[in-house]
Amino acid sequence: MPNLVLSVYEPLRNRVVTRRPSQTRKKVYLKNIFITLVMLFLFLPILILVIFSFNTSKLNVVFTGFTFEWYLKLFENKNLLEAFRNTILIAVLSTAISTIIGTISAVGLRKYNFFGEKFIGKLIYIPIVIPEIVLGIALLSIFTLFKLKLGFWTVLLAHISFSVPFVITNVRSTLYSISPSIEEAAEDLGASKFETFWRVTLPLIKPGVISGAILAFTLSMDDVVISYFTAGPGTNTLPLYIYSNIKTGITPDVNALTTIMLVLTIIILVASAKISSRLREKRELS
Amino acid sequence: MKNNQNRAALRISETKRKLTSKITGIKTNHKRPFLKTSEPSEKKIKSFQATSGFDGFKLFVTLPVILYSIMLIFLPLAYVVFLSFLKSDNYGGYTFNFNLKNYLEVFNPSYLKIFLTSIFVGLASTFICLLISYPFAIFLRDKPEKTRNLIIKLVMVPFLTNSLIRTYGWITLLRKNGVINTSLLSLGIIDGPLSLMYNNLGVIIGMVYTLLPFMILPVYASVTKVDQNLLDAAEDLGANPLEKFFKVYLPLTLPGAFNGSIMVFVPAIGYFFISDILGGGKAMIIGNLVKNQFLTARNWPLGAALSVVLLIMTFGLVKIYQKVGGDLDELGG
Repeated sequence: MPNLVLSVYEPLRNRVVTRRPSQTRKKVYLKNIFITLVMLFLFLPILILVIFSFNTSKLNVVFTGFTFEWYLKLFENKNLLEAFRNTILIAVLSTAISTIIGTISAVGLRKYNFFGEKFIGKLIYIPIVIPEIVLGIALLSIFTLFKLKLGFWTVLLAHISFSVPFVITNVRSTLYSISPSIEEAAEDLGASKFETFWRVTLPLIKPGVISGAILAFTLSMDDVVISYFTAGPGTNTLPLYIYSNIKTGITPDVNALTTIMLVLTIIILVASAKISSRLREKRELS
Repeated sequence: MKNNQNRAALRISETKRKLTSKITGIKTNHKRPFLKTSEPSEKKIKSFQATSGFDGFKLFVTLPVILYSIMLIFLPLAYVVFLSFLKSDNYGGYTFNFNLKNYLEVFNPSYLKIFLTSIFVGLASTFICLLISYPFAIFLRDKPEKTRNLIIKLVMVPFLTNSLIRTYGWITLLRKNGVINTSLLSLGIIDGPLSLMYNNLGVIIGMVYTLLPFMILPVYASVTKVDQNLLDAAEDLGANPLEKFFKVYLPLTLPGAFNGSIMVFVPAIGYFFISDILGGGKAMIIGNLVKNQFLTARNWPLGAALSVVLLIMTFGLVKIYQKVGGDLDELGG
């Protein structure tokens, strides 16, 4: 009896495709167009920058001809290279330091009660919600009060200042998903607290730490406002270089640098996606 | 999901408390603290080993956060508040003359005009970002997971090139003889060049462009959390897409939308470089005011007072966000 039913049902099922009203072919097509348009909008100025990196004209105004010369001229522009080097260095250092501080802080905030804990718990959210300009002038004021020389290290300190809370919130969200019994089991088995943290907690919160680190790096590379206030007269970072040259016109070697940065980012993105999918395959096979 | 559980647990405990106090007649109404942080019902995970004596690990994990937050958050902001009550002495320094004069100056009519312009630009940018992000998130939600992850990653890629240079790219697009105007003119769509720059419109375009990912990410996160069954049920009951949006998506994703709105509005009144580049001198925002006072006019007390006003506005928005059911932990990814 069941076989009779199946033999009637099977061919019918292959012929009739029921779609929900929101998933008709035409609607899906329109939705895809909308998504593509938004992505185009997001990449439009970047596309312009890339195109104009091949411009023969020195000014970023009209496209006059095609050339690769700016990619070579880029390496002769000492100021620009120094600015880029400083920006990358600050990004890497601030990411490393703020990830370490942020991860430790997230663990500490969750695990222990300590003096002033509630107040500090609220302080942590402040750099995330306030306008960057307020944080920038606040740091500038404090640096001047303590007579710190404005330069590379003050910018680094400022970047750490606004990155740590983002790391903390990211790590915290993964911390909440870990049951405390794992850590207690480790301590039961004789591990010291440091050992538990290093060998049990950290591997478990790795996704949160990594996403926090990526966020910290992105925010540092992208930052304009805070660098503007905390850099001294001698420091050169990428946003400051561009800002000081905006009135006179940005030469296309800046465009060339941006294109190279973009290409590197996309390569790293694709590579990390491939690596993580291959790791997942290995895990599934083993 | 954890936050929903916490909120549900909160509601249950609230009801229990109210019922018990009604029955027993004993009031247990505790005042709600300002800027309430999340996890009220979260148990503190304390080490089960009685720590009599020096716990080095505790010092290791608590000292950094205490030092960091006091030195790099509390101290700078407290100093700014302190500065706002001082008086500038015209030579770039300040005298210890405690007064509220700076705050009176803040209400200067020309400053007030800039305040209103900033709020207008901020609100417009936020609204346009919402208009773009919601359909984007809702349409993206139905796509297969691989596509979704790729698209979301691509949304963040522009951020790895500096904001300033991306804003500069808009100059080439928006100028009177820039790419947009020349292409529209040559296609015959318009007769004369559009004025897309050196006005509020240019600033809004720049703000929307720079801050859109900050709206997309939280809106997308909350849109994907909406239970598919609710949407299917709405469709089965005959709802058209608009009804589905207002009756299902909007109420459930309100915290996420508010989250994104804060992450767009607050920078939109502070990113002076966008209004500098795309607005010329004509579209100043509060951020420009603060920058001028600190770097050009060297009137730090006045700049500090303006910043305090900005801070009050921001904290007010965050309070509203929490009232709407938002979770502080979700701000900032």
